[in-house]
Amino acid sequence: MQRTDMTETPLHASEFRRIMKVLFSRGVVVFGIVVILALFVTAIFAPWIAPYDPYKLDLNQTLVQPCKEHLLGTDALGRDTLSRIIFGTRTSLMVGVVAVCIAASVGMTMGLIAGYFGRWVHAIIMRFIDALMAFPVILLALVIAVLLGGGLRNVMIALGIGLLPAYARLMCGQVLSVKENDYFLAGRAMGAGNLRIMFRHVVPNCFPPLIVLITMMMGLTILAEAGLSFLGIGIEPPGAAWGAMVNDGYQYLLTHPILSFAPGFAIMLVVFSFNMVGDGLRDALDPRLRGVL
Amino acid sequence: MKSPSRNGKIVEVDDLKMYFPVTRGLLRHKVADVKAVDGVSFHIKRGETLGLVGESGSGKTTVGRCIMRLYQPTSGHIIFEGQDISQLSEHQMRPLRSRMSLIFQDPYGSLDPRQSAGSIVGEPLKVFHLANSRQEYRERVEELFRIVGLDPSMMDRVPHEFSGGQRQRIGVARALASNASLLICDEPISALDVSIQAQIINLLEELQERLKRLTYLFIAHDLSVVRHISDRIAVMYLGRIVEVTDRKTLYENPLHPYTKSLLSAVPVADPFLEEKRKRIILKGEIPSPLTPPSGCNFHPRCPMAISKCKKEVPPLRDTGGGHEVSCIRV
Repeated sequence: MQRTDMTETPLHASEFRRIMKVLFSRGVVVFGIVVILALFVTAIFAPWIAPYDPYKLDLNQTLVQPCKEHLLGTDALGRDTLSRIIFGTRTSLMVGVVAVCIAASVGMTMGLIAGYFGRWVHAIIMRFIDALMAFPVILLALVIAVLLGGGLRNVMIALGIGLLPAYARLMCGQVLSVKENDYFLAGRAMGAGNLRIMFRHVVPNCFPPLIVLITMMMGLTILAEAGLSFLGIGIEPPGAAWGAMVNDGYQYLLTHPILSFAPGFAIMLVVFSFNMVGDGLRDALDPRLRGVL
Repeated sequence: MKSPSRNGKIVEVDDLKMYFPVTRGLLRHKVADVKAVDGVSFHIKRGETLGLVGESGSGKTTVGRCIMRLYQPTSGHIIFEGQDISQLSEHQMRPLRSRMSLIFQDPYGSLDPRQSAGSIVGEPLKVFHLANSRQEYRERVEELFRIVGLDPSMMDRVPHEFSGGQRQRIGVARALASNASLLICDEPISALDVSIQAQIINLLEELQERLKRLTYLFIAHDLSVVRHISDRIAVMYLGRIVEVTDRKTLYENPLHPYTKSLLSAVPVADPFLEEKRKRIILKGEIPSPLTPPSGCNFHPRCPMAISKCKKEVPPLRDTGGGHEVSCIRV
C-alpha cells in the first residue's frame, strides 16, 4: 500500500520471476552478468587483487614481455600492465556509473517535464535536446571537456551531458504514451495533483525501457570514456585508464602488442557484457515476447 | 427504483460547445475544428439516471468529459450544484472534484497496472484527505470493497490478477470513494462480457438505491441497457442532442426520425414479433464532425428530410411533458 514510487521495483512479483527466468536462461546474459559483477568486485578490491603497485616505476624492468612475474608484461616505464588494467577498472566503472547517473537523472527529468506538460514546455525542452543530439556524443563530450578542462570529474560531466538526449527522448515518448491511458485521466478526474500523478502513475509505468537503456548506455559510456582518454582527455597521466593505456601502448604495437591489446580486450569485454545484458533485459521486459520466451 | 426529481437539478448544461482544433504545419496554425459537441443543452435531476445514447463519434464521451472538466469547453455553461464550472481553473475545480466521479469504459486501461487494488480505490481518500489515520483509511477502503461486492482480502493484489468484471468493480469503488453525488458512467459495460454486464448494471442500480441522491449520467450505445437503467434518455447525433424524454415515452413514442431508426434496430426476443419488426435503415455513414452538414446535420440520411432541413438548424423544442425534439418535421 505505502509503496514509494521509483525506488522500489514497480514490477509485480510473478512478473519479476518470469523476467529473471528469461534472463538466466540465456548463456550470454549470464556471462555478461558474471563479468559485470566480477568487474565491480575487481574495482572495489583493486589494491588487494593487483600484484603490483600500478604507479610504481621500475626502470630496470621496462617493456618486459609477458612472463611469470608480470603476466601481461610491463610498459615503457616498467609498470605492471595487469595491475594497471585492474586499477583502470575503477576509472571505467566510476565514469560509467556517474556519467550514466547524471545523464539518466537530468535527461529523465527533462523528458518527464516535457512529456507531462506538453505544449510550449515540450517544444522548448525538446528543441534543446534536438540541438544537443545534432552533435556526435564524442565530439560534444570533447568540446565540453576542453571547455571545462581535463580531469576525471569533467569527463564525467561531459559524458553525462552528451548522453542525456537519449534519456530525455525516451522518457518523453514513454510519458506521452502513458498519458494516453485511462488511468492517467482517472487521476486527473479525481483531482490528484501533478506531482502525485507524475510520481505515482506516470514514472513507474515508464520504467521498463529506461532500465534497458541505462544498462546499454553503461557499455557505451565506458567506450566513450576510453575514447576520450585515448585522445588524451580525461584522467591525469599517472592514473590508470584503459583508453589511455591503449594510446600509450600503440607506439610499441609491433614489438609489444600486448600493451594495447590487453586494455583493448578489457574494454571490449565490458562493453560486450553490458550490451548482452541490455539485450536480454529488453527481450525479457518486452510484453510482446511474453509467452514466447 | 426510478424516482423522479427530489431536489431539482444537479447538472445543467447550456449550449455546450467543444471544438478540437486541427493544426497543421510548423507554426501549428489552426486549419479547422472538429466539432465534437456543437451546442448541447440538457439537465440532470438529483437522484435520477440520464441515459446518453448515440453512435460512436456522436460526442457522448466528450460531453461527459466536459462536465468533469477534463476538457475546457469552447463555449457554453455547465452548472454543477448551482455553480457555473465551465470557466473555473484547475485549482478552483479541485474541491469540486470530490463531488463527481468518472467510471471508464475500459476496465483494463483505467486502472494503473503498477498499483494495488487497495491503493487504487483509496487514492481519492488520500487526494481529498478523507481519512485521518491509517486505520480509518484501511477501514474505509475495506468498506468500499464490500460495497461493490469484492473481498477486502484482495486489496493487495494488482489489477491484472482480477477478471474484467472485478476490475470494473474496482473502478466503481474508486468512483464512490470520495462520496461523489454525480457519477459519469462512460460506457461502463460495453467492454465486458454479456454475463458480467448484468452484474455491473445491477451493482449500479443497487448503489443508487442504497446511497440516496446518487445521480448517474449513463453514457452508452446499447439501447436495451439504457432502457433498463435510465429514468430519462437523451439521444445524440453528431455533436447535438436530437431528442430528450423519459424512458417510457422514448421507447413507445419516439418522434425524431433518427431515434426511430435507432430503436428499429433493436432486436426483439420474440421470434414472431422479430419477423414482423420493420427496420428503418439509414443510408450512408455518420458524417465527419470536421465538416458537418448544413442545417439539421441529420438531413443527408433522414428519410423525412425536406429542402428546408438543409438551411435551418432545428432547435430543441418541448412538444409537451418534457419531451424535447429537434426536428422541424415533427
